[in-house]
Amino acid sequence: MGKTLYEKVWEAHEVRKLRNGQSQLFIDLHLLHEVTSPQAFGMLKDLGLKVRYPHRTFATVDHIVPTHDRTEPFQDPLAQSMLDALRQNTKEHGITFFDLGSGNQGIVHVIGPQLGLTQPGMTIACGDSHTSTHGAFGAVAFGIGTSQVRDVLATQTLAAQKLKVRRINVEGKLAPGVYAKDVILHIIRHLGVKGGLGYAYEYGGSAVEAMDMESRMTLCNMSIEGGARVGYVNPDETTFRYLEGRPYAPKGAEWEEAKKRWLAWRSDPDAAYDDVVTFRAEEIAPTVTWGITPGQAIPIDGRIPLLEELPEEERPVAEEALAYMGFRPGQPIKGVPIQVAFIGSCTNARLSDLREVARHLQGHKVKKGVRALVVPGSEWVAKRAEEEGIAEIFRQAGFEWRNPGCSMCLAMNPDRLEGDELCASSSNRNYKGRMGSPRGRTVLMSPLMVAAAAVAGEIADAREVFGVVGAR
Amino acid sequence: MLEKFTIIRGRAVPLRGEDIDTDRIIPARFMKALTFEGLGQYLFYDERFDEKGNPKPHPLNDPRYQGASILLVESGFGSGSSREHAPQAIKRAGFRAIIGESFAEIFFGNATAIGLPCVTLAPEDLAVLFQAVEQDPGLEVEIDLVNKEVRFGDRVAPLFIREEAREALTQGLWDPIGELLEAGELLDAFDRKLPYPRRAE
Repeated sequence: MGKTLYEKVWEAHEVRKLRNGQSQLFIDLHLLHEVTSPQAFGMLKDLGLKVRYPHRTFATVDHIVPTHDRTEPFQDPLAQSMLDALRQNTKEHGITFFDLGSGNQGIVHVIGPQLGLTQPGMTIACGDSHTSTHGAFGAVAFGIGTSQVRDVLATQTLAAQKLKVRRINVEGKLAPGVYAKDVILHIIRHLGVKGGLGYAYEYGGSAVEAMDMESRMTLCNMSIEGGARVGYVNPDETTFRYLEGRPYAPKGAEWEEAKKRWLAWRSDPDAAYDDVVTFRAEEIAPTVTWGITPGQAIPIDGRIPLLEELPEEERPVAEEALAYMGFRPGQPIKGVPIQVAFIGSCTNARLSDLREVARHLQGHKVKKGVRALVVPGSEWVAKRAEEEGIAEIFRQAGFEWRNPGCSMCLAMNPDRLEGDELCASSSNRNYKGRMGSPRGRTVLMSPLMVAAAAVAGEIADAREVFGVVGAR
Repeated sequence: MLEKFTIIRGRAVPLRGEDIDTDRIIPARFMKALTFEGLGQYLFYDERFDEKGNPKPHPLNDPRYQGASILLVESGFGSGSSREHAPQAIKRAGFRAIIGESFAEIFFGNATAIGLPCVTLAPEDLAVLFQAVEQDPGLEVEIDLVNKEVRFGDRVAPLFIREEAREALTQGLWDPIGELLEAGELLDAFDRKLPYPRRAE
């Protein structure tokens, strides 16, 4: 019987069994940001411990950075103190820090892959639930809490529990205007936000194999929204093409060696899965959320469900969602007015996301009264977008072109919703209050759908707003 | 020596709602700090207070449940963000354990690692417990991690918790740092064996 990638990686990284039955798991790559790490450095200090292998940890600043004016000191002294603490901690412990203006600062899950730090077969941890993004490369990557950040800093290991593996096939060809974001929203809609509890999700099938790396990152990114702490795609030629030549990727003879090693991590053809689910790519439409969990989603031309159409156990949250969003059961989602449009976040702020939107947005204008923001995922993405004229297309259309960071996705910086504003967003969470206003409302969708909503001033079908759109 | 959690006794506060995410437990704006200190006061802040800071009707604001040390929740509790700030806020607000139907993966791990036991009950037992606590806020609830049961009134309900977590909590092994450090030179062997990203010459 063959093994899955997850099992192979687990076995190669299991240092030993702990007394309580958990495993001590070695972490190849540890990523840090300013929000979940200062307490961990504090704990190290209290325990008199050092960072054991500083060459395995890389840091950047993303959550609290203002995207409008990055002049220091920041207007928010707390935000400044968090940046200062990370600078100090990384310096003191000899950790590489991609600071503001370094050319490599950005959202931690954008820069890891972009720099070639993220590689197949690795275990990757970060104090951030969207660490699953790195699974796009065939890594076993997951979010951890701050106490575990301490554990990884001090020992490069953590106490972990092996997950089951669910294979999710997406077979067929995605229709034009349907993107990885729609695929993952569709998957979560069907498997539920708790469906992935206890599982790692292995994504495959012809539609996933056909995806470029940045689409695979979008897919893996939102595994956690489906309850799965880990999501991954088996590495292949697409993975290698993306990695080749990146700053931290192996070079020369090492490169050829690495490719062979990486291929061996792939799940065996006869691997046994704990569960297998198959979706048809053709059945996936541009998908948007209507509620307060990422599983409350419908196709763009669908209607918000009637309570009686839902399984009984889903009704209480549906009622709560309808009340919060101010929607009526059975109402179409198309045509709901928006006040804010946000393109950004670790889900959808990479160069290919921005390219795809720009290609359709050219010649269109953001509807009067809509506040529209683009927050590129990293300084590198921003620079390339300027060079390619993408940034200018967004500006011409009436989008504000901002500096990189997490921004409005969780509103730890000045970018946030006001009152009960409704935001069409390319981010990953539509939770109550997520975007900074306790009454703010979020509708999740692909970046192109956000652009369509910005242009129409209401939730719209990008295929109609921009005419026939091509497949990415 | 870490605390060994065997029996946790106290009153419980019933917090209804499915899929309660960690953004709700502790809104992101309260994470702008370098320590976890003082987080307890912001627990469920936006659910408990309006935009002017006035209290809203909420079980945690209900005087009848003041002093409760067990949080009673439904299913999918702690979904979303991996912020340890969420269990830290719950613990710092004075709670010693959580009883629910199911917990999100990362939340459960974070809570266990700071010594905040999360146990689950079968849905029918949980429903009875919710009702009992809502009818009698003074009801004493007992979580017995050794015998794996929750006792309240004249009822005894089997509790479920991952065996590894139960072991860690009852044996005082819930903070793994000491044991992880014991691996010593074994770690160096793994560091030598496993490749890591290195800038090529």
